[in-house]
Parts: sequence; C-alpha cells; structure tokens
Amino acid sequence: MSVEDLPSLGVYIEDTMQPAILKKEMVHGELMFTIKRESLKRFISFLLNDANCEFKQLSDICGADYPDRDERFDVVYNLLSLKHNFRIRVKLRASENTPVDSITSLYSAANWFEREVWDMYGIFFNDHPDLRRILTDYGFEGHPLRKDFPLTGFVELRYDETQKRVVYEPVKLQQDFRNFDFVSPWEGMTTMQLPGDEKARKPKIGADLPALDEKEKKIG
Amino acid sequence: MSDSNENKIRPYTMNFGPQHPAAHGVLRLVLEMDGEIVERADPHIGLLHRGTEKLIEYKTYMQAVPYFDRLDYVAPMNQEHAFALAVEKLLKIKAPPRAQYIRVLFAEMTRVINHILNITTYALDVGALTPALWGFEEREIGMEFYERVCGARLHANYFRPGGVAQDMPAGLADDMYAWAGSVQKFIDDMESLLTNNRIFKQRTVDIGIVTKKEALDWGFSGPMLRASGVPWDLRKSQPYDVYGEMNFDIPTGTTGDCYARYLVRVEEMRQSCKIMKQAIEKMPRGPVSSDDGKVTPPSRAEMKNSMEALIHHFKLYTEGYHVPAGETYTAVEAPKGEFGVYLVADGTNKPYRCHIRAPGFAHLQGMDFMSKGHMLADAVAIIGSMDIVFGEIDR
Repeated sequence: MSVEDLPSLGVYIEDTMQPAILKKEMVHGELMFTIKRESLKRFISFLLNDANCEFKQLSDICGADYPDRDERFDVVYNLLSLKHNFRIRVKLRASENTPVDSITSLYSAANWFEREVWDMYGIFFNDHPDLRRILTDYGFEGHPLRKDFPLTGFVELRYDETQKRVVYEPVKLQQDFRNFDFVSPWEGMTTMQLPGDEKARKPKIGADLPALDEKEKKIG
Repeated sequence: MSDSNENKIRPYTMNFGPQHPAAHGVLRLVLEMDGEIVERADPHIGLLHRGTEKLIEYKTYMQAVPYFDRLDYVAPMNQEHAFALAVEKLLKIKAPPRAQYIRVLFAEMTRVINHILNITTYALDVGALTPALWGFEEREIGMEFYERVCGARLHANYFRPGGVAQDMPAGLADDMYAWAGSVQKFIDDMESLLTNNRIFKQRTVDIGIVTKKEALDWGFSGPMLRASGVPWDLRKSQPYDVYGEMNFDIPTGTTGDCYARYLVRVEEMRQSCKIMKQAIEKMPRGPVSSDDGKVTPPSRAEMKNSMEALIHHFKLYTEGYHVPAGETYTAVEAPKGEFGVYLVADGTNKPYRCHIRAPGFAHLQGMDFMSKGHMLADAVAIIGSMDIVFGEIDR
C-alpha cells in the first residue's frame, strides 16, 4: 500500500496501529494522534521504521498542562518525515505519578527534549539516561510551566556586597503583580452571562425553543 | 593500593565558560579531558533562561510578538515569522500578497546578516580577525534597513499576525535591491580571506564530522543538516508565504565537517540575495496587513474619521483579538534551522500554551558526540560552526 497524502497516511496508521490509538484528528492540515501512554514506544518505533512513514526526525517534544483534568499533562511529540514530507503530532496524557517511557533509544535528540519536559512540568521519563534539570537554576525547586506555578516565581537572587556572594531571597514585588483581564462583553465572552443576555440568546438556541412551544400549547 | 590503580589518572574536568568569548554567550561546558583530548562534553544551559514560554501565556497575542525578537536576537524577524504564521493558521486568515513579499524579503535579508555574524565570529574563534571587521560593516547596513522599516535595529516587532506592522518607506526597496547586489562583493572578499586560507582549513576541515544518519537522529536542521548532505529546506519542501514562487537553490555539503557548514552558509547568503532581488522585483502594490478589523489595527487616517475604526483600535490594544480554540505546530526555516512554534489556543485573547522549538537547542545537544576525541581548540571550532545563540536555546 502506498500513501500519497496526509489524510490517507492517517487512515493507514489508524488501520495498522488501531489498539494504541485513542483519537485521530486532522485539523489545519495537520495530522494528530492521541495514543495510550503504554504503547508510546511501539507507536513511535512504528512511525520511525514503517516504509510509508519513515519519520526519521524528531522535531520536538513538549508538555502542556491542563490542571482540571484527571491526568493533567499532555506530552506532545512532533515528528517529521523527510522522505515523504509529512509532519505528524503524537499526544499522550500523563500525571505527576505516571511516568512516560523515554524514547531516547529511538531518537538521540529526545534526550534534552525530555529533560526539558521534566524540568518544566515534572513529568518523569522511564529509562532516561540522564534525567537532570536543564533550563532552570542549579537547585531550583518546582516546575515553572505548570499552570499553578506563579509567573513571578518564589525566589529571587542578588549579589550581596557584605557576604560577597549571591544570595537567594523570597520574591518581594514593589507593586502587586497585575494580570489585567480585558475580556469584555463586546465579543468573545462566552462562558459568562450578564443580566439580560438570556433574552438576546434565547431565539438562537434551538434546544430552548421546544420547551417554549409546549408552554404556548398549554396556554393555547 | 595496587600499582594499576596508582597509574590510573582521573580525566581532568574543565569548566569552559560561561564567561568565555568563544562560548558565544553564556554556555557553560563541562569538559572531561584526557590531556588535550575531549572525552566528554556536558553543556550546561539555561543561564539565559527568561521563561519566555511562561510569559507568553500571560500576554495577548499581539504582546507576545516582541518576545520572539528576543529569542534569536541575531535574526529576529524569522522568529516572528513562525509565530505570525501559526496565529494566522489558527485564525484562518492570510496576509495580503504585498505583506508576504515584504516578509520574504526581510526574512532573507535577515538570513544574510545572520550568516555574516556567524561566519565572521566563527573565523574570529579560529584566529582570523579581519572578516569580523569587514562583516560588521555590512551587518550594520542590514540593521539600518531594519531601523528604516520598523524603527528598531534589533527588536523589530514587525511581522504581525495578519501581515506586517507598516508598509516599507519610500526608497527602501531600491536601497535593499542595491545592497543585495553589493553585499556579493563582501562575500567574495570574505571568501578570498577564508575559503582557501590554509590556517582556516586546518582548523575546520575534518573537524566535528556529522554523518547523514547522525544529523537526522539528533534532530539537526538548517545548515547543520544540509552540510551533512541532506537536501532539506522548509522553504522548498513546505513553502510558506511566497517562497513557492521564488527561484533559488539549496546548497548541500558532502563532508559534514565544520568546513562544509561554513561553505553551505556562504552559498546560502548568495541564494538569499537572489531571493531578495526576486522579492523586490515581484512585489505587488496593495495593503500590507489583513483587512480584518478584528485582527489588525486600522490606519491612523481611518481612525480620525471612523468611529468603528477607533473602537477596533482601542479594543485591539487592550483586549486584543480572540483566537479560536485549536492547536498547531508551525515551523519556518530560520537561518539556524527549523524554528517551530507549537501553539495551543483556548479561544481567549491569550495563548494557552506556546512552545518554542529552537534549532540551536537540538544542535548544542550534539556537542558531546561531535567533540569527542577532538582537541580542546577544536571544541571551539565546533561551537562556532553550530551557530549558537543563547537567546533561543535558553528561551
């Protein structure tokens, strides 16, 4: 079977790797698979070695945090096939306590990318050869890209003239951190309802209309 | 203690940087040395980490653009390009033709001045002073074009989602066209200093060889990948904006060593000049930003007359625009390689997640295998040939 374009590649992968896949999406011309965490290595090595895929290059691994969810983190793999000129995105879910298999044995480039995800989100990678922090300071505590980590952080450092060394202190802000919320009723505010909104929206929402009709019938 | 233990000498561990002129910024390299031979290189990065990705989550889409200038500050506009394209993809809008040509023109001009900085400082690392003196003069002219088009030499904030910030001032296209020709003279002069220079070749030929397989395995892109003989360039293979209409060649190396990377960059500069000329010749007249008033601000003149335009302006600069929920990974061919933005929008006026894929991050990771078995001085040559800028690696 030869694969000409991205949608047919998606169908091909879906057919072949069915048990590993939770969801297939094709948005903005990009192919995306959400897979089961346990089958990551099998899925990625299929993408790497299958003749129709040959995703020989790992562009990127990154995390994303959705604190409201049960397994709050997404780990996102972006792969590139130079031979077929395809890109693919593989996603899986994880939490603080569920380690993800490292793919450093498949792609050497995964080493630092996984270290960065560990550093930023605290997602642990199994069998990683050298899982140290990478971007944050030596001795840093916490995982800064988590949504519950404050933008200003917890410690700041300065050079102390009397002690002749750099000292760490709790963050002191000269003024409160201001995070303005400019979202206004002008447009785009969809989650909140102001008094009177229900009148403006009622005719548009189809689900509400039958209820009205029934009332009218009773009156009639 | 037995004799064999006594004779064993522990490898000498050396700290290279973070304050070293050849470290190209704040690279701290922990080197394990056997005499002058590097046995293991462990780059410690993050000394310039500013939390760009976290900051962007707290800023509107319009406020996020300037952060991209501060990533790879040697080639600012190419980074903005990736972000602008990613946001445009999610908004399902396209920049008008003139804006696309302007973007291509400036992206290529930036590639030239990026390579000028890289090659000349690289030569400086391996002992040649003159190219840097000559090169910075040309680079400064490029910076002046930046200044003329957007008012800033470095932090341009010029490529916006939906187009560019403003049209090019009168006469700029002619000056850039002339420069695209005259800079060739500089490239020739620089080549006469370096390409056949015995010392330069001794320092670069057969140093830091990367095979095709290694380059792919380690996620290399841009000149690092092409020097290893992989003809891959996103401008050709996945063209964005008007690159599809441009006629240019992709130079590749054969040996994958530091010298090949130098040669690829030199040829890329010539090709970029070619693209610059084509972009100026083909550039149409017309608007430079999308006519969607909800995304791009109205012109000043319009604001004086139109209430609607005034409201749009006010709303855009306070609330910003809302990007429909979705996610995208959009990459451009930045001078250093594949620069990608993984953007997750949740329908509000701020990005939910904006991950930045910096080419230098992947390249520096290869430092260990590239420098293994080489002399200490060669490690410097390898760093130089990787085109490292810490703004983008540390983010």
